[in-house]
Amino acid sequence: MRVIDVRGLRKEFTVRVRKTMLRREKRVVAAVDGVDLRVERGELLGYLGPNGAGKSTTLKMLTGVLHPTAGHVSVCGFTPVPQRIKLARRIGVVFGQRSQLWWDLPLRDSFDLLKAIYRVPGEQHAAQLKRCRDLLDLDSFMDTPVRQLSLGQRMRGELTASLLHSPEILFLDEPTIGLDVVSKQAVRGFLAELGARGDTTIVLTTHDLADIERLCSRIVVIDHGKVVHDGSIQDLHLRYGSRRRVIADFDVAFTYPVDLPGVVLESSTGTRLVFAVDEVGPLAAVLAANGSLRDLSIAEPEIEDVISRLYQTPAGQVG
Amino acid sequence: MGLVTATVDRLTFRNFTELASLTGAIAASGFRRFSTYRQATVASLVTNTMFGFLRTYVMLAIVGTAGATLAGYTGAQLAGYVWVGQGLLGVVLLWGWNDLAERIRSGDVVTDLMRPIHPVLSYLSADLGRAAYAMMFRFLPPIVVGALVFQIYLPKDLVTYPLFLISVLLAVIVCFACRYLVNASAFWLLDHRGVTMFWLFTSGIMGGLYFPVHFLPDWAVALLWFGTPGPSLLQAPMDIFVERDGVAIRVGLIGIQLFWAVLLLWVCTVVQRRAERKMVIQGG
Ligand SMILES: Nc1ncnc2c1ncn2[C@@H]1O[C@H](COP(=O)(O)OP(=O)(O)OP(=O)(O)O)[C@@H](O)[C@H]1O
Ligand SMILES: [Mg+2]
Repeated sequence: MRVIDVRGLRKEFTVRVRKTMLRREKRVVAAVDGVDLRVERGELLGYLGPNGAGKSTTLKMLTGVLHPTAGHVSVCGFTPVPQRIKLARRIGVVFGQRSQLWWDLPLRDSFDLLKAIYRVPGEQHAAQLKRCRDLLDLDSFMDTPVRQLSLGQRMRGELTASLLHSPEILFLDEPTIGLDVVSKQAVRGFLAELGARGDTTIVLTTHDLADIERLCSRIVVIDHGKVVHDGSIQDLHLRYGSRRRVIADFDVAFTYPVDLPGVVLESSTGTRLVFAVDEVGPLAAVLAANGSLRDLSIAEPEIEDVISRLYQTPAGQVG
Repeated sequence: MGLVTATVDRLTFRNFTELASLTGAIAASGFRRFSTYRQATVASLVTNTMFGFLRTYVMLAIVGTAGATLAGYTGAQLAGYVWVGQGLLGVVLLWGWNDLAERIRSGDVVTDLMRPIHPVLSYLSADLGRAAYAMMFRFLPPIVVGALVFQIYLPKDLVTYPLFLISVLLAVIVCFACRYLVNASAFWLLDHRGVTMFWLFTSGIMGGLYFPVHFLPDWAVALLWFGTPGPSLLQAPMDIFVERDGVAIRVGLIGIQLFWAVLLLWVCTVVQRRAERKMVIQGG
């Protein structure tokens, strides 16, 4: 079932630029420039792009708080802006830099209030809350006012708050921003578990590439408001020809010439050779048979490399 | 009213009870949130009480020179008017509410819009909870102090008490709507201090805070009551409390307040809708 259907989505902002002391010029900038996006139920989608690419602007339009300039948007079968209040019941949202909790109230009270606002039946609320408390370790600060929580604690509270009404789609805009390694892992593990259950669709925006590798089966990359990639991480590696590396260490310098299809020698110090490969097997066999092989390690391609190459490609001239 | 129909699809009985429990829950949270600001409550109590003394002495001096009554008030009624006013100041919260404007400026207002409830309704509910707290802890203490030190007029008719409570409720709603509109100007003006200043200057005078509006010429009094929400903010509950007029007029004052409450809430929903249509949320 398709839960998000976006076609030709566009958002223009009018900015006033100061030219001289007296003259100000109006300029129209397209923050989102013709985005097409279809998301099926249960997908865990990474929505990526460099700073200012238009990610947050897209999410605001999908959640109904910002009017699109043009294009068709349907989320859970609703048109977000006119049907915002109905849609709000079906989606959960976390904006990493904002809080949806009540500053002066303990987490527990915030959760109770959300139960009333979303009219969540008692048992459902209790079950969801229990799950979040266990997975996100909330118990030690359930009674602390939100303003006294650390960023990581608050973020776990935010995630819980966005899930208490069992939303069909969860929109997360940089949920791991500013978190330490442990908190990040807690959040990631939680999202992975949620994604694996398959009933919640997750749209995740992040600059943390570990989030993406761990969580997202599909990534959509936008730049200057346009989609420049839509597919899996493997697709991305394929497209940019990024390959795995084999690092081989020898006791004595290795001189046997390697000439295998799909294998490129990247560097050699005599006793340490680095190859870029499509398949490890044939190379490993040659190395083991023709030298004093001591150690062999395989490095997966760096997602950071491909992403940075993608970001540097001018929009519109992809691949 | 748009406010209600936007929240509940059809106003059935079940929907109505759900709506009531929802607003009740938000109001309860408003009560609790406000109760965490104890120091602020104490500080404003001290200030309001101090000004109560000053204003009572001024009023009594004026009545003293003018004879037994002034603009329909006896000395005791004027003292009552002063102390009820000092107490209600924190209940209707004439000044110092800029939560919404701050949230618009920072862009946090986006989280208000993510909720399945109309923002005007949710802010109003929270404000009613706050007002309930203020009624206990900011209204009663000044009245008690005033009653102990001065001879202040206390209601003689039993019916005045419920009338007064209804009038206070409506005053809170009218004041909330005015504050909401003043704050909502931040949707259009990045600097809305001018609007806030205008509200600060006019609300106290037109609301009858500094002196009863009845001190003014009749035409001005009529203009204020019927042409502005001012007297509905404070003058109405104060006049009802000191029983300046007969029961019929007291009920009439509540009618005027009701008119302003409905009108202004409606304006709030219209303004909110406009704002959302052209809104640009600040920050990423
Ligand atoms: N309220 C606004 N007024 C004018 N321009 C805006 C406004 N909000 C966003 N923009 C512009 O739109 C573009 C996209 O912004 P957006 O916040 O969507 O980026 P983003 O992809 O979320 O970036 P980041 O990774 O830094 O969060 C930027 O160029 C930004 O300057
Ligand atoms: Mg952003």
